[in-house]
Amino acid sequence: MKAQTQRFGVGDRVRVRTGQMPGHVRTPFYLRGKRGMIADVVGDFRSPEQLAYHKPGLPLCALYHVRFEQGQLWADYAGNANDVLEADIFDHWLDRDTED
Amino acid sequence: MTQTKQFNPRDTGDGRAVHDLGGLSIGPIDRDEHELTFYEKRVDALLMLLAGPKRGIFRVDALRRVVEEYAQSDYDGLGYYDRWIGAISTLLVEQEVLSAEEIDARCAEIRKRLDADGQRVARGAKAP
Repeated sequence: MKAQTQRFGVGDRVRVRTGQMPGHVRTPFYLRGKRGMIADVVGDFRSPEQLAYHKPGLPLCALYHVRFEQGQLWADYAGNANDVLEADIFDHWLDRDTED
Repeated sequence: MTQTKQFNPRDTGDGRAVHDLGGLSIGPIDRDEHELTFYEKRVDALLMLLAGPKRGIFRVDALRRVVEEYAQSDYDGLGYYDRWIGAISTLLVEQEVLSAEEIDARCAEIRKRLDADGQRVARGAKAP
């Protein structure tokens, strides 16, 4: 996956990409394919996937706090319906969520 | 330095990597906190020195990558800092700071001395 410049802003609805990626990735398995919302734009960082192999990790990658509904993540979630989880996800792991 | 991207799936059958435990039903998290042992502090200090701005032998991202390449039995069976020191050892060889032979020879010397002193020496799993 190629690093891209910032494609999303706060409030945008996004979906985490799926697919088996070799090498070092920071997107946890339990969030793959899940739908969420951009809660915050954290900033630009060198790609950890490249740094893991002693590469410069450039160009910088946009990093977001993505907010997910706990009820959407866990089939048997028994907590409050308003509960959310926020995770750091890089730009190239997200697509715009066009579903209703 | 090899650039092969070795993917090590866990035996859950869904393609998640060996280290990627979030969401698995593997029992409650052990919240017991312990004072770091001297060994653990030394491993931590070694990482700080090697990955720090002055020496920059590797980044912490590389450490994570190597830890993620452990076989599942080693990943699960080794302690947190055991995995770190194994990965550090691998990275020192990968970055040509030391050779595997140099490390093995020095370990053999130390084991010989400890055995002679009657101390037990644990033999950890080989790092990936």
